[in-house]
Amino acid sequence: MRRLPRSFKRALWVYHVATGSCNGCDIEIVAALTPRYDAERFGIMLTGTPRHADVLLVTGPVTRPMRERLIRIYDQTPDPKAVVVVGGCGSTGGVFYDSYNVRGPVDAVVPVAVYVPGCPCRPEAILDGVVKAAVELEKLERSEVSA
Amino acid sequence: MTGGIGAAIWQGATVLIGGALLGLVYKGIDRKLAARMQARIGPPLRQPFFDVVKLLAKENVVPDHAIAWLFNGAPVVSLAAVSSLLFYLPLGGFAPLLGGHGDLVLVIYLLAVPAIAMMVGGFAAASPYASVGAQREMVMLMSYEFPLVIALVSIAWRLSTILPEASVFSLSVLAANPLWDWVGPLGAVGLVLLALALLVVTPAELSKIPFDIPEAETEIAGGLLAEYSGRNLALFYLADAVKTVAMAALLVALFFPYGLADRLWLSGPLAGLVDVAFFLIKVLVVVFFSVIVVRVGFARLKIDQAARLFWIPVTGISLVGMVLLILDRVA
Repeated sequence: MRRLPRSFKRALWVYHVATGSCNGCDIEIVAALTPRYDAERFGIMLTGTPRHADVLLVTGPVTRPMRERLIRIYDQTPDPKAVVVVGGCGSTGGVFYDSYNVRGPVDAVVPVAVYVPGCPCRPEAILDGVVKAAVELEKLERSEVSA
Repeated sequence: MTGGIGAAIWQGATVLIGGALLGLVYKGIDRKLAARMQARIGPPLRQPFFDVVKLLAKENVVPDHAIAWLFNGAPVVSLAAVSSLLFYLPLGGFAPLLGGHGDLVLVIYLLAVPAIAMMVGGFAAASPYASVGAQREMVMLMSYEFPLVIALVSIAWRLSTILPEASVFSLSVLAANPLWDWVGPLGAVGLVLLALALLVVTPAELSKIPFDIPEAETEIAGGLLAEYSGRNLALFYLADAVKTVAMAALLVALFFPYGLADRLWLSGPLAGLVDVAFFLIKVLVVVFFSVIVVRVGFARLKIDQAARLFWIPVTGISLVGMVLLILDRVA
């Protein structure tokens, strides 16, 4: 793999995947994009399609039907990419832990770079998570280069 | 063109690279100003450069069901068409590089090529979102081309009645003889109306809000561009940036071709520098009023609303402008 250009972490485009969340974290993601928090300062933009995305923001505990879709969206995202789990449900299963119709948490389905806990998490925490995802991408690259 | 082939190649390369850089800078200014208008801090001016470099580092996905050669060809054709536009437009005090080989009619066609390339790419992507986007782009193209062509042809016709000997479709002739100097009050009102119509056509030509219907991120997931990623998306991104400059340069050449250097009694390299700087400011003013303010102030229209807007009010305005120019000739 080639070295990531320095611009990479200054231009992270995110795609929002809701895998059965209660909409709480999703509202916080939208809040992070409002003028008050202004995610575009860091070059973070919400895209409408996983093909344009660098970071997948996954909310929710991954319900049974969403498992396949999450894997598919992950595969549709061009490399290099990182997954940021937003909220307690996606991180651990949350209140849906061990539920009969949940196939999560997210890291049981796709590789996860950053966990942003909270129920729901603050917009600041989401922005911080996305920026940390860039660091994770760099680590990934370094380990692949040395290997 | 002075000098040999070497000089021509140098000039061409300067225009191409300069055009791409300028386009990205204007995109950065656009995003910064839009952010300030929304009481945000906004991305740094260099953000579009970051975006392009990042996109070039990404994987270039071609969907399984896509027609690969069309899918990959469309972005290249799009960027090539908008870049060649720069050769036919007067930039600053300089005459167009290939001014002798193409005129206003060619510019109209070259402006339509990127839209058609995106349409072909959208259909070739074999994605429902991209297909919907391509159909919308087709409707948009049919809507805004009519007032655009009326405005451009009326101006050229009026000039032909004043300068029967000149080749009035040539952009260097149009830029050297601004109509404002010749027409009476009726014609001036007509020209203002035509400029207004073109200012409304500009955001549609560039697929900017409120006319970003073919790419509507929030409803059809990026539409035409839904399946594009990596290098192909970077090419479309660049084409969009360069097209903004080209469209603004066309409006400047038609309506505000005045230079500053003559008025300041300057000559030599300083005059060229002043004229280029003044040209860049004029382009920024056009981009500001027809793209940035409009995109912050309005929400996206529906495709039928956009089609109606262009077919009835905007075409009406440009037809009135044309009639006023004709009356000005008769009077």
